[in-house]
Amino acid sequence: MTAVDQSAPQPRAAEEGAAPLVSVRGVHTHFPVRGGVLRRTVGQVRAVDGVDLDIMRGETLGLVGESGCGKSTLGRTILRLIPPTSGQITFDGTDITGLRPERMKAMRRHMQLIFQDPVGSLNPRMTVRNIIGEALLAHGLHSRQERHDQVRDIMRSVGLDPDAGGRYPHEFSGGQRQRIGIARALVLRPGFIVADEPVSALDVSIQSQVLNLLVDLKRRFALTYLFVAHDLAVVDYVSDRVAVMYLGKVVEIADSVSIRERPLHPYTVALLSAIPQPRPGGARQRIVLAGDVPSPLAPPSGCRFRTRCPIARPVCAELEPPLESKAPGQSVACHFSGELEVAA
Amino acid sequence: MTALLDVKNLRTHFHTTSGVYRAVDGVDLTVHAGRTLCVVGESGSGKSVTALSVMGLIDAPGQVQPGSEIVFDGRDLLRLPERQLRSIRGRDITMIFQEPMTSLDPVYTVGYQIAEAVRAHNDVDRKGATERAIELMRLVGIPSPERRIHDYPHQMSGGMRQRVMIAAALSCDPKLLIADEPTTALDVTIQAQILELMKDLRDRLGTAILMITHDLGVVAEMADDVAVMYAGKVVETGSVTDVFNRPQHPYTEALLQSVPVLGMSKEHPLRVIQGMVPSPLNWPTGCRFAPRCTEAFDRCREELPPLFTVDDQRSACWLCETGARGSAGVEEIYR
Repeated sequence: MTAVDQSAPQPRAAEEGAAPLVSVRGVHTHFPVRGGVLRRTVGQVRAVDGVDLDIMRGETLGLVGESGCGKSTLGRTILRLIPPTSGQITFDGTDITGLRPERMKAMRRHMQLIFQDPVGSLNPRMTVRNIIGEALLAHGLHSRQERHDQVRDIMRSVGLDPDAGGRYPHEFSGGQRQRIGIARALVLRPGFIVADEPVSALDVSIQSQVLNLLVDLKRRFALTYLFVAHDLAVVDYVSDRVAVMYLGKVVEIADSVSIRERPLHPYTVALLSAIPQPRPGGARQRIVLAGDVPSPLAPPSGCRFRTRCPIARPVCAELEPPLESKAPGQSVACHFSGELEVAA
Repeated sequence: MTALLDVKNLRTHFHTTSGVYRAVDGVDLTVHAGRTLCVVGESGSGKSVTALSVMGLIDAPGQVQPGSEIVFDGRDLLRLPERQLRSIRGRDITMIFQEPMTSLDPVYTVGYQIAEAVRAHNDVDRKGATERAIELMRLVGIPSPERRIHDYPHQMSGGMRQRVMIAAALSCDPKLLIADEPTTALDVTIQAQILELMKDLRDRLGTAILMITHDLGVVAEMADDVAVMYAGKVVETGSVTDVFNRPQHPYTEALLQSVPVLGMSKEHPLRVIQGMVPSPLNWPTGCRFAPRCTEAFDRCREELPPLFTVDDQRSACWLCETGARGSAGVEEIYR
């Protein structure tokens, strides 16, 4: 395991031929729905329903979609916090799908999670020092003094006062609490971080502090991010590549410039056009999608987006479009990709 | 332009055991008939309390302080007897909230709840009210309203519930609709639906809107006029194009620069506003933004600046005392 050698910062990723750090193949994560007096399984919530994804060493892959599309479940499945129903997840060349608990634990040092809610994810009865240092303790790393130093070190790196380690989470503001969450994820010096909506609970002025910090830390610690968020503008700002999810599937994946400038899937086009831009008078043509996201209990046949798609045709109900390469570095799952356009 | 709502020196304080929270502390706002004013600010800036004060929904320990004025259609709401206030509230002024699930009663059908709003202010029988409810649901784009009136709130999606709230709010042709973060809980494609609906209704019915939001994109899309709030005060007001293109208050400028926008260069870090919003228990003396302001000087820390008029804008910054301040607006930021 030499995945996280800090002394060798990785160059910007996604070069041809380079092996991905994380590789996801055919992953499904279903949750049973129980009903009736016997609590029998009456259905499956197909939160993640067949995803293939590569995350290159050193890149930030943005994962964007609306609530219920399965983006957080996918992030947690990749970390194996939720066991996948089927499929394979490879981390740094090791298949972690069926890894035994003790080997998985060792693997976890190299992959960490940053949570959305900086209040709910911090134990209110533990001091910040113990919250951050707990992971070191759990992995049996370092002596007491070294742990102490490591915690102070990482607190300084994320912009917290190391002398505040004896205080409790409620004594910190929202932005600082998110820094505590980031310090806890980084103290093990992992190579891979899943950031699950890390800024969506924060105010605008605090959000920019945390985003800048995440970008800065990535450079300093040579990190690879899976950045999960619903806000496409935020994802666009931090990501090298962006994957768009809809109802348990990736519908489009490409570098962030292509996603922004030349989106090919009608859902990506609509999602982009739905974002209100902070420029008055700059009215763009907007595609307003009708209706709501269908239930992941019973996704539509064929293409899942067809019920809301402005360009759906009969074939979309019959044949599920595969995720195929439609342009260099850009894969799309649509029979009529590129046909829906928005005037700038 | 006639002022439909004129709020002057509104101060709403909360008396608690830990002290007096001066949540709203001297707010001036004007909503013109048929226009949309967006009040924008971060959490704790007092924007929601401002809206609740206008609606007369402040309960103990909160209190609108003497000397505040809320003039609606020529009458000061703070001086009206409760009975007259009730005939205005819910009829001439209505309000929708952020989370439609908590504002709707889970044990009544949505049709019943809209009809109830209709009957509260109109002299109609139950049948007439139900018909009006169906009509309103059609107006806000709920498909097959004859069937959906029998739905309970939990049977509807978030976007549909917000449409129900809007239908109930429009039941008496209000002159002013107050919307407190109406799309914050919704997904972006559903938000787009609701914003389009609100714009369409505004154009068709001529309702003035006072909208509270933290999202600058929503402001740019919806507003005619904007008021930027910080620490219980309005720091800048003006037309949305003026304020966004040449913000006069350093806080407005910093706020505009700290939001990531699609297609923004990744080479430059986002603008950061250092520190955090001060506590309403203990606002700083002088300009309340001074401790976080990069342009603050001695006077800012000592004396609270009033709203200075700069062309068609107003800005509460000492730098604007003698006229416009050079600033970077959205046009410079985004290209």
